[in-house]
Amino acid sequence: MRKVVRGFYAIAEAVRLSKPNVIAAYPITPQTEIVENLAEMYANGELGDAEYVTAESEFGAASMVLGASAAGARAFTATSSQGLLLMSEVLYNAAGMRLPIVLVIANRSVSAPLSIWNDIQDSISIRDAGIIQLYVESNQEAHDMIPLAFKVAENRDVLLPFMVCVDGFKLTHAYEPVDLLDQETVDKFLPPYNPVVKLDVNNPVAMGCYAPPPYYMEFRVAMEYAMERASKVMLQEFKKWYKLTGRDWGGHVVAENCEDAEVVVVAMGSVVPLVREVISRMRQDGKRVGMLKIRTYRPFPSREIRKALKNAGKIIVIERALSIGAEPPVTADVKSALFGLNSEVYPVVTGLGGRDIPRELVERIIEDVMKGKIKPEKRYEGLNEFEEVIP
Amino acid sequence: MDILVEVRFHGRGGQGAVTAADLLAVAGFKDGYHTLSFPMFGAEKRGTPVVSFLRVSDKPIVIRDEVKTPDYVVVMDPSLIDVVDVLAGLKDNGMLIANYPMGSEDLRRKLGTDKEVHAINATKIATEILGRPITNTAMVGALVGATGIIKIESVEDAIMEFFENREIAEKNVRLVRTAYDHMREVCGWQR
Repeated sequence: MRKVVRGFYAIAEAVRLSKPNVIAAYPITPQTEIVENLAEMYANGELGDAEYVTAESEFGAASMVLGASAAGARAFTATSSQGLLLMSEVLYNAAGMRLPIVLVIANRSVSAPLSIWNDIQDSISIRDAGIIQLYVESNQEAHDMIPLAFKVAENRDVLLPFMVCVDGFKLTHAYEPVDLLDQETVDKFLPPYNPVVKLDVNNPVAMGCYAPPPYYMEFRVAMEYAMERASKVMLQEFKKWYKLTGRDWGGHVVAENCEDAEVVVVAMGSVVPLVREVISRMRQDGKRVGMLKIRTYRPFPSREIRKALKNAGKIIVIERALSIGAEPPVTADVKSALFGLNSEVYPVVTGLGGRDIPRELVERIIEDVMKGKIKPEKRYEGLNEFEEVIP
Repeated sequence: MDILVEVRFHGRGGQGAVTAADLLAVAGFKDGYHTLSFPMFGAEKRGTPVVSFLRVSDKPIVIRDEVKTPDYVVVMDPSLIDVVDVLAGLKDNGMLIANYPMGSEDLRRKLGTDKEVHAINATKIATEILGRPITNTAMVGALVGATGIIKIESVEDAIMEFFENREIAEKNVRLVRTAYDHMREVCGWQR
């Protein structure tokens, strides 16, 4: 059913349809309304026999979903920014214990300075935890990817947490038409969770216990293999999703107008449609430009990216996070995917802390790159001139 | 992409500038348009200036950058006129509608503009009908009355869906209709 809804409702509704057993969460802007909606559904008796727990902190929320998942429950939580950073100690554990928790991150900048607004520094900061990360461009994609996240995470060849990253405010707070799924469709796609092992008093097991040097490394490397398998499982599930709903979100990446493009813009998240719009207008003027949308950030789709960008001489990466003191994170990954190819990569850091990324800015950067006006090195766009007060 | 209308709302935290844009997004969808509304708060506190945006199109809306050159600007609170550049980027043939008690002539002088501006004493109408000075639905009615961008019936339906308390919903419908009728008369357009 197509309805105009707020992003956070579209997300909460998809979680409800996925029939979680346990939801534990702690409020933080801009995620709060996702779990507020779920709490309301719970209070109205719309979540079946699910448990909803308001935790005392994000650390508590993450610990609760970890415990619930270990006991065999389908578990969900959502957070943002500092909330995710506070969860991170637990989330590394959840990944290492191979627990298929699903998280929605309403992406927000991190402190300090305090900002409630959008960039993707929070989820990018825990990219190495062993959690699958998928970035969406719209509330429809967010809605669709939640049942898929449970399905992939719970696949026995995967068993890793799955993080659906949704731009805070830009998406979570936008009212827009969304085709809402129905229970029958989701049930057809997503079977109940059937854990391989679980905490059970009748069949006692220990999870996440001490691994001395002769054992530890095997467990960590096993996560790498699981991530590689996740890459294949995701592609299969993307296809099944398309067959089921008629909505084709593509694979790990979506390459548009890349074959003959001189310049390709690489983007993730809600900025993607805006870049697409700029590209299609410039194409009408006969300019050879293209776009690469990265959907899956972990496992990082190096092969797909290399294939899509092999003909592009110049590649602009829109970066909405930093790795302070190094190449920005997406650029570093894209460059490693392109290693050995003769291409120039232009990292453009912009839109941090919710600063608007206007169409004109994206168009100007493309023009500047085409005309050779800027060098292929890290640059910051849209900066204000008050460095004198900042050390 | 063809955006038909872009609107920027100025309010203060708690006055419902965000809800105003949302209401119109839902109402516009009922009229068969694609719509997108989104907020831009200051500090998420009651009383601080808040901006929200609305786009209406007959094609899916994919751009999510801030509205820089609105067709219409709606100002919920008269005190904002002194502290916020409410005219910023307003198109030459655009229109500004403000909740402002001193009338359109005074508003135009204060803003120092040749663009079309209209004042409506929404605080007074809202206080009379709701018993509280909450002006967002009145200003939605004023915008729709001044421009006809969305059907008033669709706005009324959206209000009935938004407010769970039926009595409050009905009062808001009365309020939106009063402001709509007033502005339609001022702007003199026929359906």
